[in-house]
Amino acid sequence: MATFFSAPWPWYIAGPVIGLFVPALLIIGNRMFGISSNLRHMCSICSELLPGRVQHFRYDWKQSGLWNLLFLAGVGVGGFLASHWGGSHNIEISEQTRLALGNLGIHDFSGLAPRELFTWPALLTLKGFVSIVVGGFLVGFGTAYAGGCTSGHAISGLADLQLPSLIAVLGFFVGGLIGTHFILPLIF
Amino acid sequence: MSTQTITVHTDTNPVQSRAGIHWLAYLFLGACFGITLTQSEVLSWFRIQEMFRFQSPRMYEIIASAIVVAAVSVALIKRLGVKTISGEPITIPPKSMGLGVRYAVGGTIFGLGWALVGACPGPLFALLGNGVTVIIVAIVSAVAGTWLYGFLKPRLPH
Repeated sequence: MATFFSAPWPWYIAGPVIGLFVPALLIIGNRMFGISSNLRHMCSICSELLPGRVQHFRYDWKQSGLWNLLFLAGVGVGGFLASHWGGSHNIEISEQTRLALGNLGIHDFSGLAPRELFTWPALLTLKGFVSIVVGGFLVGFGTAYAGGCTSGHAISGLADLQLPSLIAVLGFFVGGLIGTHFILPLIF
Repeated sequence: MSTQTITVHTDTNPVQSRAGIHWLAYLFLGACFGITLTQSEVLSWFRIQEMFRFQSPRMYEIIASAIVVAAVSVALIKRLGVKTISGEPITIPPKSMGLGVRYAVGGTIFGLGWALVGACPGPLFALLGNGVTVIIVAIVSAVAGTWLYGFLKPRLPH
């Protein structure tokens, strides 16, 4: 039990626990585990308030998405609880990664994300802006276009052996490798 | 529309009270997921960098074992005809392939963003809960990105 409240969980606990959200949501309400739909639901909520309605967001989000928005609210609450009672979150990454990131100019390894990029003042720097604003935008656009993210395609879709999800996941890694090895060095 | 008027709204309506428990269950499960994302450190930008640099097997072990557990669960649910707690049959709709362009191109665009912001959508919200407040900007930006897709959807190949 002690290990449950101290991070990091070993991979053989973390992975299977993540996988269990798929059957849990199916059994509770025939729902498919997938987070990025919530971004669409948020657009749907906004489009009720704003003029100029886009067809893609004209649907009953309460009917199809309220459960998922509640799940998402829970994710935030869970993050808060774990940050207070989850023990230390010093991310002990491999020495090689530490060196590679040091070469980019990242030297603060004390948080969940580097403080050189993910603070309010950093938002006004090129590297901070690209990481937060451009990165966030591409996550939103890409998951909407692909119809899912890591949870919807990589976990739920692959678990159901769906070929479209395999294509999407290969795309995730192609994009991630390009972003890490070609774009990140450009913004530092 | 007139048929909606026959819906009875009383506290004793069993369907409604069961729905109320459902909503709590989703909130609770979400909280479990937020705790899991934090305690497993998969919400960390550093772990994502380590993954895309192939410098630790950890993220691959986590993702692969999550898929295996989910796949075995889905196969068992189908094989045994497991129903939901309210007795409905469980159905998983197949994703339509279309041209496949949306998966390849959309997936790659998401991957670029994943490397930059160092988090996929679930972790973005878990990070906010963890007190990385500037992530709210990434979330708003992600909603804007999703909105742009909705706007361009009729003109994009799928």
